[in-house]
Amino acid sequence: MNYRRLFLIGVPYVWLLALFLVPFIIVLKISLSDIALAIPPYTPTLHLSDGWEGLKDFFSKLDFDNFLFLKSDPLYWKAYVSSLQIAILSTTITLLVGYPIAYGMARAPEEWRATLMMLVILPFWTSFLIRVYSWMGILGKEGFLNSALMWLGIVDEPLTILNTNTAVYIGIVYTYLPFMILPIYAALEKLDVSLLEAAEDLGCTRTTAFWLVTLPLSRPGIVAGCFLVFIPVIGEFVIPSLLGGSNTLMIGKILFEEFSSNRDWPVASAVAVLLLLIVVVPIVLFQRSQERQAEAQK
Amino acid sequence: MAQPAKTPVVFAPWEDETQKPVIQFKNVTKRFGNFTAIDNLSLDIFEREFFALLGPSGCGKTTIMRMLAGFEAATEGTILLGGKDISPVAPNKRPVNMMFQSYALFPHLSVWDNIAFGLRRSSMPKDEIGARVDEMLRLTRMEKFAKRKPHQISGGQRQRVALARSLAKAPKLLLLDEPLGALDKKLRHDTQFELMDIQEKTGTTFVIVTHDQEEAMTVASRVAVMDHGKLIQVATPAAIYETPNCVYVADFIGEVNLIEGNAKKVGADKYEVSWAEGQTALRGTCPREIADGTRVTYAVRPEKVAISADKPKDAANAVQGTVHDIAYLGNISTYHVMLPTGQIIKAQASNTRRLANRHFTWEDKVWLSFTDTAGVILTE
Repeated sequence: MNYRRLFLIGVPYVWLLALFLVPFIIVLKISLSDIALAIPPYTPTLHLSDGWEGLKDFFSKLDFDNFLFLKSDPLYWKAYVSSLQIAILSTTITLLVGYPIAYGMARAPEEWRATLMMLVILPFWTSFLIRVYSWMGILGKEGFLNSALMWLGIVDEPLTILNTNTAVYIGIVYTYLPFMILPIYAALEKLDVSLLEAAEDLGCTRTTAFWLVTLPLSRPGIVAGCFLVFIPVIGEFVIPSLLGGSNTLMIGKILFEEFSSNRDWPVASAVAVLLLLIVVVPIVLFQRSQERQAEAQK
Repeated sequence: MAQPAKTPVVFAPWEDETQKPVIQFKNVTKRFGNFTAIDNLSLDIFEREFFALLGPSGCGKTTIMRMLAGFEAATEGTILLGGKDISPVAPNKRPVNMMFQSYALFPHLSVWDNIAFGLRRSSMPKDEIGARVDEMLRLTRMEKFAKRKPHQISGGQRQRVALARSLAKAPKLLLLDEPLGALDKKLRHDTQFELMDIQEKTGTTFVIVTHDQEEAMTVASRVAVMDHGKLIQVATPAAIYETPNCVYVADFIGEVNLIEGNAKKVGADKYEVSWAEGQTALRGTCPREIADGTRVTYAVRPEKVAISADKPKDAANAVQGTVHDIAYLGNISTYHVMLPTGQIIKAQASNTRRLANRHFTWEDKVWLSFTDTAGVILTE
């Protein structure tokens, strides 16, 4: 009995330890190392055969130089700030687009809801990369959007959308919309319609009933949706590198460039560690809000 | 000095021609697609009444309530509230409040804020709102729980909060949709009396929807028995019970023995019903005129049927049978007596003696007797 429980708890712990904590410690260690023309491209490396002296020597060579470097070069903190900005703005847009969709789904006739849900999830059946690439086809100078606009006579010259921040926002909102819709839909679907009738009965108009009843009761869904979008968007790499331009500054892109183009693993690791710290704050906030929610429902 | 004789003031505005009803349904029909929920219904409800709509589920009672609240519009006919047609008035503008079956308390607001919700939508100044909410909390004895959220109080307390919230705006009319359905039996009984008390204190007109006949009988000044979107009978609980106007009502309210037969007039409002070969006809009462030979149903309540070992003298009706079954309910026993015709008649007797000293047991020959006023003759 006790062994079974230990086993059950042990499996996820070992999994997290092996696939999250250990790699993170390795990344943390690399972030404290120095760049070197070697394989692997950093120094020092740990040689356990040297015994105690080797270990002492190894730790003495670790330092925070890379983090100080991040501070000295404005490129990095600008990228962090820009990532945060893009994440906040795109989360807001996703919320504004997603909420009405979720609301419409929750208010749709019962027999339609499963189909509508299916339509929201359907894009996941196609590879994420292919979907982002197809946006290049839509947004490009000779893309579908511009051809359509020109054909309709709305614009005379093709709009420059691709390789700008606008394209990044479009890509992010498109990609992450289901993550916003689903939790909000779940919250709205649970909402008892008689609460709205009660609000109306007590003197609310439809609009005030929405602000006073529907919105506060869908808050858990809004919070969950926002975090599900915000956290991955901060570190987003594929969308800004495919749809964004040279002046789209996002930390995911910087990370990739440091890693593969510059082959500066220590600086790249430092960037990653700092990113994790930035993301951990909202994750903790999210967890706490979830806990409070669970507490309230007891 | 001669004191004027004290006559109890009977509350019966429906019998007073000068009284104006607060609610009037005039030939109201409501259809949902092909389904007719309310069928050409006319009804008057008076001020300060505690009016019960009683019927099986799907009979249209909830639809009537929702039309009064404004959530449904009548397909045909008009509904007047205080003499004015309310069809163009939106639910949030009607002087009508509703207590929902599920209570519909706002889960994100405290008890206090729930009760204040409606008041805050009105133009009432802040300090008056506070006073009114406190008054409502006192009325429903929920003062101690003002700061709690709905999920932190019991079902009975939630019910009281829902009542307080719907009464807070002092509506002209309070609608109660199966208000006690979620409570257990004991609590339901206590709450019924509380409801009556609160109704009397506030003087509000209450319309209650219920499928529980006992509840309707207990709380209401008048009961409307409904079926298939029509009113079958509208009368005081006593009148509904003692003089039902049709088999449906007699059968729906309480227990009843029903015997079919042919009527023959024997007195002013007295008839004889011959119901089986070789059996003496049953004498009963009917206020309406019935042609001789009409097929009728003779109805008599089990508690009005006396059971005895010997044939009772001067009983209007007496039939013999054997005890087929005995249902012991503690305070009373119901005897199922089989007549020679095979028909089962139920008779109730109080258990004034201990069970061991019971007069009758299974397979005993017994006489059942009842008066000609206890027997009601129904034509439908």
